[in-house]
Amino acid sequence: MEVQIQNLSRAFGTFRALDQVNLDIRQGESLSLIGPDGAGKTTLLRILCGLLRPDSGKCLIAGKDVLGDQRFLKSLIGYMPQRFSLYPDLTVSENLRFFADLFQVSASDRAARTKRLLAFSGLGPFLKRKAADLSGGMKQKLALSCTLIHTPAILFLDEPTTGVDPVSRREFWNILEDLHMQGVTLLVTTPYMDEAGRCDRVALLNRGRILATEAPGRFSGFFGGLLFELRCEALFRAVKALRSDEKFDSVQGFGDRIHVAGRGSETGLVSRIRSVLAREKIQVESLSRIPAGIEDVFVDLIRRQDS
Amino acid sequence: MMISGRLLAVMRKEFIHIIRDPRSLVLIFLWPVIMVLLYGTAITFDIKEIRIGVLDFDHSRVSRELLRDLTASDYFRISGYLDKRSEIDDGFLKGRFTAVLVIPAGFEKQKALNTGRIQLIVDGSNSNTATVVIQYFKSFCMLHQWESGVAVSAPLSLHPRVWYNPDLKSAHFIVPGLIAVILMMICAQLTSITLAREWETGTFEQILVSPVLPHEIILGKLAPYLLLSLSVSVVTLAFSVAVFKVPFRGSLLLLLVLSIVYIYASLSIGVLISTRARTQQVALLASQILTLLPSFLLSGFIFPVLYMPLVLKAVTYLVPARYYLVIIRGIMLKGVGPGDLAQPCLLLVLFGTFLIAFSIHRFKTVLEKAPWAG
Repeated sequence: MEVQIQNLSRAFGTFRALDQVNLDIRQGESLSLIGPDGAGKTTLLRILCGLLRPDSGKCLIAGKDVLGDQRFLKSLIGYMPQRFSLYPDLTVSENLRFFADLFQVSASDRAARTKRLLAFSGLGPFLKRKAADLSGGMKQKLALSCTLIHTPAILFLDEPTTGVDPVSRREFWNILEDLHMQGVTLLVTTPYMDEAGRCDRVALLNRGRILATEAPGRFSGFFGGLLFELRCEALFRAVKALRSDEKFDSVQGFGDRIHVAGRGSETGLVSRIRSVLAREKIQVESLSRIPAGIEDVFVDLIRRQDS
Repeated sequence: MMISGRLLAVMRKEFIHIIRDPRSLVLIFLWPVIMVLLYGTAITFDIKEIRIGVLDFDHSRVSRELLRDLTASDYFRISGYLDKRSEIDDGFLKGRFTAVLVIPAGFEKQKALNTGRIQLIVDGSNSNTATVVIQYFKSFCMLHQWESGVAVSAPLSLHPRVWYNPDLKSAHFIVPGLIAVILMMICAQLTSITLAREWETGTFEQILVSPVLPHEIILGKLAPYLLLSLSVSVVTLAFSVAVFKVPFRGSLLLLLVLSIVYIYASLSIGVLISTRARTQQVALLASQILTLLPSFLLSGFIFPVLYMPLVLKAVTYLVPARYYLVIIRGIMLKGVGPGDLAQPCLLLVLFGTFLIAFSIHRFKTVLEKAPWAG
């Protein structure tokens, strides 16, 4: 195990940011951590980086306690905080140099690494540009490059693509996948479900507790009930009518479709949905049972934990 | 302490921050010069052209001679003649006179018998001014009697002589003190703001996961500002000597060396503030409160420490400007040598080192408690 988190708890005053968290990450694995705001994602990463002390429990990285030998740990991990701020008045190359200096990257390694980082980030033509003048996506790539300058074996990334345009997001994840292929262990928090699905495993965190950890394709098993996808006219009215029926656990709009979850027999639920809509004189276009995706499971698990 | 590549990296980065912000840089140099110019001319205890009202009941040759001598000096100006005593009060109320000279009838005759008496009535609503006016007038009278060939019939004659500032010019006394005040403010502000900015923008968290050590961050940030503040002090000093003709009797080298020590102590106040302040605004405010008032009031800048109440006197030991005032006034006005300034210098070194060591320690504990939200 590369990263082991054991019974980790941390409170801020009366707020329990982390509550008995257990999580293992294998060497070379990529794991994404998803959860609503305030779930404890950032707190967990900060403890892993040794920036924050846990109240109880412990974290091991490569078998060593994160509160132990800082020099060893800091050479092993790379951390990109959510609010990664470069120095806006420094140029791309000055920012890179500063972090290379801080991590004491030797002169012989430096040139080759900088060249490789510039190649994959596409920052080569912007070396003399100030960080303040880069686009959002470019800034994140520079931030990642600064995090990678000392070739960490384990990367902790806190919402690295929040506020970045979709094209840059995809490019950023392609870079992460390359790193993954090279054997870097990744722990990424993200609010985007599609991004989470690109990792080996996904962990759901809510109110300081891990609700599930599974490969992206195997989440449906966690779903406590049956899920139906409905296409119909008058979506807004349909959602409202279905929500007023206590038989259904959750009714969520997904673009032009509605996901309806409930318990009981499949035929019973189907006829119930049809009768609710018939009463509202809403025409059904299609209605079928579907396997639950990560997002459905996520919503379901949180609903069950909160109730 | 070994100078590591990381310390140099922090220093280099900080230098870049400074030169990339030319507007602030200009302000940093311009502001002290403007302060010296404004305060150097505004804070003055020198009084010229004192407005005198004259109530002459004698109308004699001698009284006219007296008035002629009075106006011949730069210090007095006759701004009106009165006819009755009752007009004096009105003149003061309207602010026409600072003082009124009353020459009684028969002054000429009495003067010949060496018993001549005149009266000066002074507006005491500004006690400071009133005291100075009385002093000036006394000196004037001594001089006047001397010129009239009348010997002072005192068994003992006093000839006061003022050393180091013979003309008692306020600027000579104020301007060096002002340099102390300005340096302390600038140093504390610059360091507290540069550290607070890293908290504010979140870059601190980023460099904390690197192997950089707290003392490398703090010392790496101090060094560039030490140089910057030193050049500010040289510019301000040169300006003061050029414009206010403040004498420079001692060794420039000695003053520069001791200025570095003072700047070091003042920068440490900024470091201390930044262990608490998380935003640049808070840092700015805190450094102003912690430096401006103490350096103005509790350093001996205007009010001598010697005559302060015991409690305040004790507080002055915590104000670095107090020690630097002794140094800069000593070197500039008296030409004091290094031997006599060893004590204030040592106390400044102790002050700065203690604050910086304490800040590094606090910095470590603060990090462990994790001040940031979330």
